[in-house]
Amino acid sequence: MATYQLNVNGAHREVTVDPSTPLLWVLREDLKMTGTKYGCGVSACGACTVHVAGIATRSCLLPVSLVGERPVVTIEAIGQDPVGRVVQDAWVENDVVQCGYCQSGQIMCAVALLKHTPKPTDVNIEKSMGGNICRCGTYFRIREAIKAASQRL
Amino acid sequence: MQVRPVGLLMAGFSLTFAGGILISRAHGQVRSIAPGLAAWEQVYSVLTHPRCINCHTATDYPQQGDSRQRHFANVVRGPEGKGVPGLNCAGCHQEANADSTGVPGGHDWHLAPLSMRWQDPNDKLLSSAAVCRAVTARSKNHNLDGPGLLKHHEEEALVRWAWQPGRRTDGTMRTLPPLTHEEFVAATRRWVEAGTPCPPGR
Repeated sequence: MATYQLNVNGAHREVTVDPSTPLLWVLREDLKMTGTKYGCGVSACGACTVHVAGIATRSCLLPVSLVGERPVVTIEAIGQDPVGRVVQDAWVENDVVQCGYCQSGQIMCAVALLKHTPKPTDVNIEKSMGGNICRCGTYFRIREAIKAASQRL
Repeated sequence: MQVRPVGLLMAGFSLTFAGGILISRAHGQVRSIAPGLAAWEQVYSVLTHPRCINCHTATDYPQQGDSRQRHFANVVRGPEGKGVPGLNCAGCHQEANADSTGVPGGHDWHLAPLSMRWQDPNDKLLSSAAVCRAVTARSKNHNLDGPGLLKHHEEEALVRWAWQPGRRTDGTMRTLPPLTHEEFVAATRRWVEAGTPCPPGR
């Protein structure tokens, strides 16, 4: 066990865990922030996506020992970000969600895309969102919501 | 048969097949370049190992594993070889290997540029001659001359990673290139000192 000082959603958090513990489980089990979801556990579905130093990161495969001082932003705080707020509003207005399990990861990836590319093409969207799987098949509405959000950025 | 001189160090050299033996003429001296070519073949054996060629692809995506299959999760090359926003290499590959999760890592994880592809679009390895020409073409290799190539092989973090590739997701160790890093650097040095000769042919 080791103690880590983390910056999560702008707040200082201290956790004492095994160094190999994935950030996902630190967020969910130790910090009780359950908005970030466990999907596949092997970085193949994107449900666990958070931002680490602004980069969309699969938290299920990131040992907490490698986080360091980099700020972590999760779905719980993305609405406080100007781009995140726009994306979440677009998600609601386009009624994107069906079961919703993958959607926190989808939103975190969409925000990462729009922060870098405010006016993405369909190809941009397909490539950036290509690692996020939705078993409900909401891909079309996700794309429409991203386009709607981009209109406001 | 005349062979086009390759590499900065070859300036003023000429390569000639004479009686089936490649020789170089430089500064009035005649010497075999066979040792240099032999050193290159050792270098080539490393460059085409999966630890190296998986990120020297000819495709829009990296490969992974000793079988060099397409990288999972729809990972793509991106404009700078670092993936795309939302799906960057750095979204999984950290500054160091994560042996507990099996994700390899190193500083500035990225694909080599397409100009440094060492396979064809059908996933077939390029020949020794073709890779050698690409590696020594300064218009393709970030303008590296012979000493620059040696420094790259000796010091570049992602090159060195190939000898410390960490564990796979099943906990077993990833395979290593056929030479040690020291042997690889020594072979590169011999090749560079021989004037970075390239074998003839396609």
